[in-house]
Amino acid sequence: MEILITGVLLGGTYALIALGLTLQYGVARIMNLANGETLVAACFGAWLLFTAAQISPLWGLLIIAPLGFVANGLIYAGLLRPLVRRAVTQGALEVDAILATFGLLFLFEGAMHLIFGGSFFNYQFLAVPFELLGESYALNRVVAFAAAAIISVLLAFFLYRTRFGTAIRAVAVDPDAARLVAIDVEFVALFAFALGGAITACGGALLSTFYTFEASMGGIFMIKALIIVIMGGVGDVRGAVLAALILGVIETLVASLVDPGLTLTATYGLFVTILLFRPQGLFGGAAG
Amino acid sequence: MTRSEGLTLFTAAAAFAALAALPFVTEGFYLTLAVNMALYIALCTAWTLFSGPTHLVSLATAAFFGIGTYSVAIGIEILPFPLLILCGGVAGALFAALVGAATLRVSGAYFVIFTLGLAELTRQVVAYLQTKVFGSMGLFVLTDHGEGDLFRYLLGLIAAIFLVGWLIGRARLGFAMRVIGNDEVVARHFGIEVARSKVILFMVSGAFIAMVGAIMAPRYAYIEPQSAFNPTMSFLVVIMALLGGTRRLWGPLVGVVPFTIVADFISANFPDHFNVIIGLAFLAVVYLLKDGVTGAIEQALGRRRRAASVTGEGRA
Repeated sequence: MEILITGVLLGGTYALIALGLTLQYGVARIMNLANGETLVAACFGAWLLFTAAQISPLWGLLIIAPLGFVANGLIYAGLLRPLVRRAVTQGALEVDAILATFGLLFLFEGAMHLIFGGSFFNYQFLAVPFELLGESYALNRVVAFAAAAIISVLLAFFLYRTRFGTAIRAVAVDPDAARLVAIDVEFVALFAFALGGAITACGGALLSTFYTFEASMGGIFMIKALIIVIMGGVGDVRGAVLAALILGVIETLVASLVDPGLTLTATYGLFVTILLFRPQGLFGGAAG
Repeated sequence: MTRSEGLTLFTAAAAFAALAALPFVTEGFYLTLAVNMALYIALCTAWTLFSGPTHLVSLATAAFFGIGTYSVAIGIEILPFPLLILCGGVAGALFAALVGAATLRVSGAYFVIFTLGLAELTRQVVAYLQTKVFGSMGLFVLTDHGEGDLFRYLLGLIAAIFLVGWLIGRARLGFAMRVIGNDEVVARHFGIEVARSKVILFMVSGAFIAMVGAIMAPRYAYIEPQSAFNPTMSFLVVIMALLGGTRRLWGPLVGVVPFTIVADFISANFPDHFNVIIGLAFLAVVYLLKDGVTGAIEQALGRRRRAASVTGEGRA
């Protein structure tokens, strides 16, 4: 039970990170491998705000999320849209986008390494025990989970209950058909990419409250987000949330019952297995 | 064989013979640089054998390389080194067959991600087995092969890769691959066995990469998963090959030679900036040199030829 709750608490933050990626890949059709770098940048942002200006990471979200939105929007408009326009086929675009975002991944990772060095960072935020069903958990994990849940619900509300949200989902299903019903596909793609960046940045800021981070961990988190996105089905919000909770629980299970050294192996093993047997996602493949 | 092909073959043979004498002339820094260059020429050309015609970007280079290195590390006490290189090649081909059979289900972007995940998984599994089951960090490969010997082995392998690549290009398989690369649906309608052709080519490419890994084992002397399965190698191979261009067999060569020199200079003088430079190189290849240097040159030549033919017609 303790493992289950710890796993779910961890999965809440994973869900945010993956929701960001699923918006970027599902709607804007860009497999953004530099997504993990947005996350790491947000970790450092939250850390800076907390240590230098004593701003709580929760309030910090109000600064970090817009920054993530603008930064990702600029990346899309400046670097990725030219690729979309020049692409002959969907396949060519995917390969181009992967290579370009790999470049960004290395670039940003190298830059953050230069600025912050290779050491590990963490800070003390709400590091007090919290009682839940007779067991105690760190309060910062619980708060991060609650914040992640609120943001996910807001996002789901936006996507499923507003007109613009519906337009975003329409583009995810079929860009050509969306164009026929007078949806500005280019703008929606830009907006979804930027929004995805903002959501991932929120995930990063929340993650930093309970996780020791360093400049070069973006790649691993990108892989985790990818696993969740593919497991949940590309562009599927509810699938991504469920898949994130599953990954959180599996990681915690392996770390506490089998061997902490095998956590990464389990992650990659799960990844390869999912790609092989359920590339359309665990829950059918209605979306994407 | 046409006359120009014969000439190319002769020139190539002469160049290889000249290069084989290099270890007598120089040692130390330049020989090490030459080995690095030969290493990446072999890797990139072998990579291009598969990824060039199919347009499928594989990031599993490090996995094959590591398999080759480990084949040598495990067998060095029992078998002679040249035989182990062949064993590494066989192991690589088997692994490629497994992976290839599995990846038939995934396509496009998923293939790239899949190979990346697979390479990382292999590294994690090998690291875990080694520390937990065998109780050591790594394995020793102690031989009396110096850099000069490794250089000659690599040269021989490069010659083999080019020869095989050239033969494939002339054979039914090469033609099939060109059709598949242009349009898979058309290829299927022609009766080409798309899946089988891809797997065979992936095996050839994987076997060669594993053999490169096997040859390099004595250089490391102490084999551990982090160095044998180094993921940076997979990325470097992709950049260099794409930089040179993957439409011609010798395209990667054009990318590797300048890139190794620059990379060596950077890692010696600005080690902290290495990732930034790799990132910029990736972006430059994607945005500026879509078909690589050789592609750009061919395009420029084609434009000139077209311009020349237009003016020629005008005069007539």
